[in-house]
Amino acid sequence: MCLALPARIVERLDGDQAIVDLGGVRKPVSLALVGDAQVGDYVIVHVGFAIGLLDPDEAQRTLELFDAMAAQAAAAPAAAP
Amino acid sequence: MAGKKDYLRPIDFRHGRIDMNHGAGGRLGAQLVDELFARAFDNDWLRQGNDAALLELPAGHRLAMSTDGHVIAPLFFPGGDIGALSVHGTINDVAMLGARPLYLAASFILEEGLPLADLKRIVESMAAAARDAGVPVVTGDTKVVEQGKGDGVFISTTGIGVVPPGRRIGGALARPGDAVLLSGTIGEHGVAVLSKRESLEFETAIVSDTAALHGLVAAMLDAVPEGAVRTLRDPTRGGLATTLNEIARQSGVGMELDEAAVPVLPQVEAACELLGLDPLYIANEGKLVAVVAPDAAEPLLAVMRAHPLGRQAARIGVVADDAHRFVQMRTRFGGRRIVDWLSGEALPRIC
Amino acid sequence: MKYVDEYRDGELARRIAARIAAEARPDRRYHFMEFCGGHTHAIARYGIGELLPPQLRMIHGPGCPVCVLPIGRIDQAIGLALQQRAIVCTYGDTMRVPASESLSLTRAKAAGGDIRMVYSAADALKVAREHPDREVVFFAIGFETTTPPTAVVIRQAQAEGLRNFSVLACHVLTPSAITHILESAEVRQYGTVPIDGFIGPAHVSIIIGSGPYEHFAEEYRKPVVIAGFEPLDVMQAVLMLVRQVNEGRAEVENEFARAVTREGNLAAQRLVAEVFELRERFEWRGLGEVPYSALKIRPAYAEFDAERRFGLVYQGVPDHKQCECGAILRGVKRPTDCKLFGTVCTPENPMGSCMVSSEGACAAHYSYGRFKDAAVVAG
Repeated sequence: MCLALPARIVERLDGDQAIVDLGGVRKPVSLALVGDAQVGDYVIVHVGFAIGLLDPDEAQRTLELFDAMAAQAAAAPAAAP
Repeated sequence: MAGKKDYLRPIDFRHGRIDMNHGAGGRLGAQLVDELFARAFDNDWLRQGNDAALLELPAGHRLAMSTDGHVIAPLFFPGGDIGALSVHGTINDVAMLGARPLYLAASFILEEGLPLADLKRIVESMAAAARDAGVPVVTGDTKVVEQGKGDGVFISTTGIGVVPPGRRIGGALARPGDAVLLSGTIGEHGVAVLSKRESLEFETAIVSDTAALHGLVAAMLDAVPEGAVRTLRDPTRGGLATTLNEIARQSGVGMELDEAAVPVLPQVEAACELLGLDPLYIANEGKLVAVVAPDAAEPLLAVMRAHPLGRQAARIGVVADDAHRFVQMRTRFGGRRIVDWLSGEALPRIC
Repeated sequence: MKYVDEYRDGELARRIAARIAAEARPDRRYHFMEFCGGHTHAIARYGIGELLPPQLRMIHGPGCPVCVLPIGRIDQAIGLALQQRAIVCTYGDTMRVPASESLSLTRAKAAGGDIRMVYSAADALKVAREHPDREVVFFAIGFETTTPPTAVVIRQAQAEGLRNFSVLACHVLTPSAITHILESAEVRQYGTVPIDGFIGPAHVSIIIGSGPYEHFAEEYRKPVVIAGFEPLDVMQAVLMLVRQVNEGRAEVENEFARAVTREGNLAAQRLVAEVFELRERFEWRGLGEVPYSALKIRPAYAEFDAERRFGLVYQGVPDHKQCECGAILRGVKRPTDCKLFGTVCTPENPMGSCMVSSEGACAAHYSYGRFKDAAVVAG
């Protein structure tokens, strides 16, 4: 329910702080909830905190799933919505 | 017999601050006007030293006049400052009527404690903006308020310009079938200012797009027959969405926009995503919307794109016949939504 | 923006929409509740409703923490600012919610209350450090996504020995809300809200994992598909739900596998468990009192609990008699069923929280979708 976005960790700072990058915009966030996150990882950011890691393999699989759906749709004639 | 000239210590712009004496109407106030304002704006009218400026106007023209108050904080932001903003903003409002801006007036409410170095920077920025635009500040005023009663400085500018005979450009003139054009990318000014607000703390290369648009407007109006440009408006506070809704309401029409056609810089998109804001509602200070006759669209786009302030001009939609005056949009995603009025302040959200 | 733009591809959307239309049986109706306000917002903003077949309807659920925040809690926050003269820090979403005596946090600010909008709980801590002579209260709202950050700052405040910081904890729980809906009279007995399945919240699930939803699938025989926030995620989840219904399955599927695992973020869960405990009951706007549905601060962190610190008493405040937010939050009515919608109640003058929060069903419909209520002729 919450406004949260995937951003890339570009720099770790003191303590739990880090800088993330989303589309060229940089923001400081806290990594207190994702202790093992590294520079280069993508995290989901919500209210200034990284709340979880994004799994690039799963992300790719999801996109492939969309493509597969789309291919199926192309193969079988579909009823108009 | 000549007496000794009155000696006044030159103003210390580096370390000095505005104090209540500057606003008392006495020698110190006059000195501030002389050493800062008059020197920076430097024109015959100010040199005359009268309370009002006597102006020449070309015969047969009607007067266009506009006024704006500027209360922006912070005073300095990436790409500009309150001074440049106050000059550009008023020039633009006058130009949106199809008028040639001629003169500006500027009134300053200074807060006790404002560093003179900041004031000098602002005034010099204004003077440069006025010079570059070819529109002089011919009269002005300063007042001082106690500390805590002003945000550093408030600036009010009033501009006058002239409209040639036979020209009618206004918000009530849009008709179904007209093309809706936008001169460039949206959301930069608002994002640049937000990036300086302490509590939001994000870093971006986005700078304000503040600029005087009268040159672009003149080029556009020269390129097409009189009447082909129905409406001109600059989407400032409230953004593009608000401006389009205003025009729709004034003209009693609807609009259909194409989201994919609205140019937005990737960093502006990203910053808006992060904060939960919509670029359609973010202020611009160097862009214009034009509602034009359908066959004037292509020639105008060509002229706009040839101008430095219109390189990314785009056709973003069409005016529709709609009694409800909805501004609708086909989303990039293929769905449809309305682009409604902004209600209240656009606040960053968590949800 | 990487991992965002790819999930907004319009071309793919059309093809998934075609798939949904092909697989949705013409002889039956499908009703899916998107629990989460973020999904409501995405559906409205991208115009997804238009892309779905007519026999498929999305029902808006109560997963909007501002929408379910009772007036009485906002009154408490306002009281802290105006009477106790504390600096009240709050997320932007709550500022315009109408409260008692024609006030809102924005209006209380205009009346002299020191109310500051913050983007993060950490900002509230900063304010407390900068004003050691003032009481600083953080108004903590939100579902499970937003709770861990509050837990982090409370622990930080304790570690730093901050004496002037406290939290008004109004964090609520997702599974409780879903149970409440499924247990509600309308669903259980009368079938007025025929929910065939749920689109599960994206970011709450990052924290709690997909595990907690298995209970609903089993107990109530309702499929749940956890979906990401991007429009393609939502479309895909709808397709997965249609398939489950057609095949007579009731499982938990995870479309948001790129960020959600079965266990969720254990570190975050541990932190929350350390700082918070369950409240026996908590009033939800529109749903009434729901047992074990919200959190309060544990005794170990009592000094950071604003309710204890200021001796706050909760006073429930009933909604406007004609406000249908309650029914709308439960999915029983639509915004257009409310007499106040679009007349007295608008985003400028919100009568209830469904209109204030941009993800509230009413605000979303008003801002993005009300053209559907009127016949429009394009020129």
